[in-house]
Amino acid sequence: MKVKVLFFAPLREQLGTAGEEIELPAGVGTVAALRGHLARRGGAWEGALAEKKNARAAVNQDMAKPGALDPRRR
Amino acid sequence: MKISVQREDFDLSLETKIFRESEGVGAVASFVGIVRDVRMTLEHYSGMTENSIKKIVEEARSRWKVMDCTVIHRYGELAPHDQIVLVAVASAHRGDAFAACEFIMDYLKTQAPFWKKEHRPEGAAWVEARASDDDAAGRWEPPARKAS
Repeated sequence: MKVKVLFFAPLREQLGTAGEEIELPAGVGTVAALRGHLARRGGAWEGALAEKKNARAAVNQDMAKPGALDPRRR
Repeated sequence: MKISVQREDFDLSLETKIFRESEGVGAVASFVGIVRDVRMTLEHYSGMTENSIKKIVEEARSRWKVMDCTVIHRYGELAPHDQIVLVAVASAHRGDAFAACEFIMDYLKTQAPFWKKEHRPEGAAWVEARASDDDAAGRWEPPARKAS
């Protein structure tokens, strides 16, 4: 499944992009997993999205907890 | 009810004038936030921001007798002394108006997606969420169970 991921404010500046479409790989079924998947790209991605970094996420415009939501089951 | 996220400034007296036309309104409580001491850029997520404000207002309406309500939040470049946010609530009595106005403002600070970049002499920096704002919103918990 494809998801459109948008980045705002400091994340957009750190990552150098406002968003992209991502094909979710197998096993990436939560916000936290997607975040980890992106962080593994290394460089600015790791710096901005590493687990210890503060970042809020929303799924379909609803604030989402890291592990609670499965974007593929929406 | 009016919810607006806009670049333009607003006029409190104009925004609340319409409240007095409603039958039975006896109280209007309002809050205006002002830029204190530093130039800033405010960013929002068009669509989600308006919807999240709408949810906060709906929650306030479920807790207090709110007869009318206006929330205006500005975005873009703002300078010291500029108005940032307006929350105004009309009710029959002051208790409901005061409480609903404060509730909406407290939740706006934590639940609506806005990002603030401060432009200080030493450089520009994005502002992290403040724990004191979470505390302010937290004192209204637990939220009322939503009937579905």
